[in-house]
Amino acid sequence: MNTKLTFTEKKDTRSGFGAGLLEAAQKNDNVVGLCADLTGSLKMGDFKNAFPERFFQVGIAEANMMGLAAGMTVGGKIPFTGTFANFSTGRVYDQIRQSIAYSGKNVKICASHAGLTLGEDGATHQILEDIGMMKMLPHMSVIVPCDYNQTKLATMAIADHEGPVYLRFGRPKWPIFTDPNAEFVIGKADKLIEGADVTIIATGHMVWKAVEAEAILAEKGISAEVINMHTIKPLDAQAIIDSVKKTGCVVTAEEHQYNGGLGESVSRVLAQNVPSPQEFVAVNDSFGESGTPDQLLDKYGLSAESIVDAAQKAIQRKS
Amino acid sequence: MGNQPDIEQLKKIASQVRRDIVRMVHACQSGHPGGSLGCTEFFVALYFYLMEKNDGFDMDGKNEDLFFLSNGHISPVWYSVLARSGYFEVSELATFRKLDSRLQGHPATEEGLPGIRVASGSLGQGLSVAIGAAQTKKLNGDSSFVYTLMGDGEQQEGQVWEAAMYAAHNKVDNLIAAIDYNGQQIDGPVDEVNSLLNLKTKWESFGWHVMECNGNDMAQLIHTLENAKSEAKKNKPIMILMETEMGHGVDFMAGTHKWHGIAPNDEQLESALGQLEETLGDY
Repeated sequence: MNTKLTFTEKKDTRSGFGAGLLEAAQKNDNVVGLCADLTGSLKMGDFKNAFPERFFQVGIAEANMMGLAAGMTVGGKIPFTGTFANFSTGRVYDQIRQSIAYSGKNVKICASHAGLTLGEDGATHQILEDIGMMKMLPHMSVIVPCDYNQTKLATMAIADHEGPVYLRFGRPKWPIFTDPNAEFVIGKADKLIEGADVTIIATGHMVWKAVEAEAILAEKGISAEVINMHTIKPLDAQAIIDSVKKTGCVVTAEEHQYNGGLGESVSRVLAQNVPSPQEFVAVNDSFGESGTPDQLLDKYGLSAESIVDAAQKAIQRKS
Repeated sequence: MGNQPDIEQLKKIASQVRRDIVRMVHACQSGHPGGSLGCTEFFVALYFYLMEKNDGFDMDGKNEDLFFLSNGHISPVWYSVLARSGYFEVSELATFRKLDSRLQGHPATEEGLPGIRVASGSLGQGLSVAIGAAQTKKLNGDSSFVYTLMGDGEQQEGQVWEAAMYAAHNKVDNLIAAIDYNGQQIDGPVDEVNSLLNLKTKWESFGWHVMECNGNDMAQLIHTLENAKSEAKKNKPIMILMETEMGHGVDFMAGTHKWHGIAPNDEQLESALGQLEETLGDY
C-alpha cells in the first residue's frame, strides 16, 4: 500500500473473464458456459475450444439462455452465461428474478460491454442501470472488478461461491494495476491507497480513474484514500465506516447512473452509521451516446478531473 | 407402481385430487381451480404411474425423472399430487396460500417445499428450465427423463419459441413436454384473445415430434405418455398436445374460462364435492 500504483500494460476486462472462465473450468468439471451469439466479444473462445461439450451456443435468445442456465443447475452444473450487460439484465430481468434469484439457482451472469466505455455502439448498448437492477434482487451478489487481473480472479472466485452472481465487466483496453496473484474475496473491499482528507470509493473502470485523481489531489496537497469496491453486494460496510470515520467525507465513482448505483449503497451505510458529506461521480439521469470511451467519460463527468473536483467539494462541505 | 397401469385406481386418485383442489381453493378463497381440474389426469399419471423417482427429495434429482411446471398458477393440482405421492404430509394442503406456508400461491423453492425445483408463475419460462435440466442429465450420463407442462395461452409468450427452436437444434430428446390445450385463458377463449392457429403444425415446423391425446381420458393419456417414452431419445424433443377441459369433473366449472382464477363459495363447494368421490380420505 502507498507504493505508487502504475501500469505497464492495458487489457480488456472481458479478456480477464475469458481467462478466468477457462481456468475455473479446468479446476471444476461442473462449470459450463452458455453464450448468446457473442462468443468472440465475451472472449469465451478458449473455453469453448477446450471444453466443447460444456459450451452451449444459445443463439440470439437471452431469455431462453437464463432459463436454460437455471435448469442446468439441477444436477449440479455451475452455468456461466455470457452476453452484453444490457442483454444480461434489462432484457431478461423477469427470467433472472423468477428462475434464478427467487429460485436460488447457482448461475453466474457474466456481463460484458457495460457502461459508457462500450463506446461507439451508443446508448442502446451502454447500459447504466444494471447495477441497480441486479443489487435489488434478493440472493443476488453483484461484482464489478476493476482490471484484467481482478476480473480473472473474480471469475474464478464466483465459481467457488454458492448462489447467483452478477459479474460486470467491459470492452475497452484498460490499465492493469492489481496483483495477478492477489486473493479475491467476495464482499471485501480493497484499500488501494491510504489517505486522510477524503475517501474515494470506486468500482470497475472508475477505480483507475480514482487512482489518477489521487495523484492530482496529492499535488494539491490533499491526501485521498482510495478504496476499490469490487463487490457492490454484499457491500463491505465496515471498510466504508472505518475509512470515513478517519477522513470525514466521501466521493463515490462509478460508470453507472447515480440512481441505484454504488453511490446510493454507500449513502445508506453512511446515513445509518457515520453521516458524512458525499459527492457522486456517476451519470446524471441520462442515456449515453456514440463516441470513444475517453470522450464519453469526459462528457458525462466520469474523468479523473471530475473525481478531483468532487473530492474538493466534499472536503469543503466538512463542517 | 408396476408396469401395468391400473386405470381404475388412477381414476380414484384423480377424484381425490380434484376434491383437494376445490377444498384448497375454497379454504383460502383464492387460487386457480379451472386449469388444475383440467390437468388432474396428467399429474396423477406422471406421479402415480409414469415417473421413476428416488426416495425422498433432493434438488439435484440425479438418476430420477424430473418434472417442471411452467404454468405455475395451477399449483393446487401439483401440491395435491405431491402430497398424495408422499413428498410431504397431506395435512399441509390446508396451509395453501396462507401466511408462513410452504405452499405459496405459485410454486416456489424459497420455503423448501419438497418436489419443487424452480419457481414458476411468470409464464413462458418453464420450458427453458426443463431443457437446461435435460441437458445436464445428458452431461451427467443420466438416462432418466425430464417432463414439463405449459398452458396453451402461455404459447403467446415469445420465450416459449426461443426454447422450442433451441431444443430441436440441440436434439434434446430426453425431454417430454406437454401443453394443457384447453382453449381458454383469463380474458376468454384463446382463439379470441390471440389465436394459436395450427399449434400442431407450429411445433412440428420447429422440429418437434408432436403427439395428441385427450388429457382427461386416463387410459388414452397413459397410452400416449408411454408412447412418448418409447419415441424419446430419437434426436427430437417430444410435445404432447393434451386436449383438456378446463374445470373438468365439476359441472359448473367445466368448459369455461370463468373459473380460471376464482374460488367457489360454500354452496358451490358442497356441489363440487358431491360430484367427486372421496377415495383416499380428505386432508
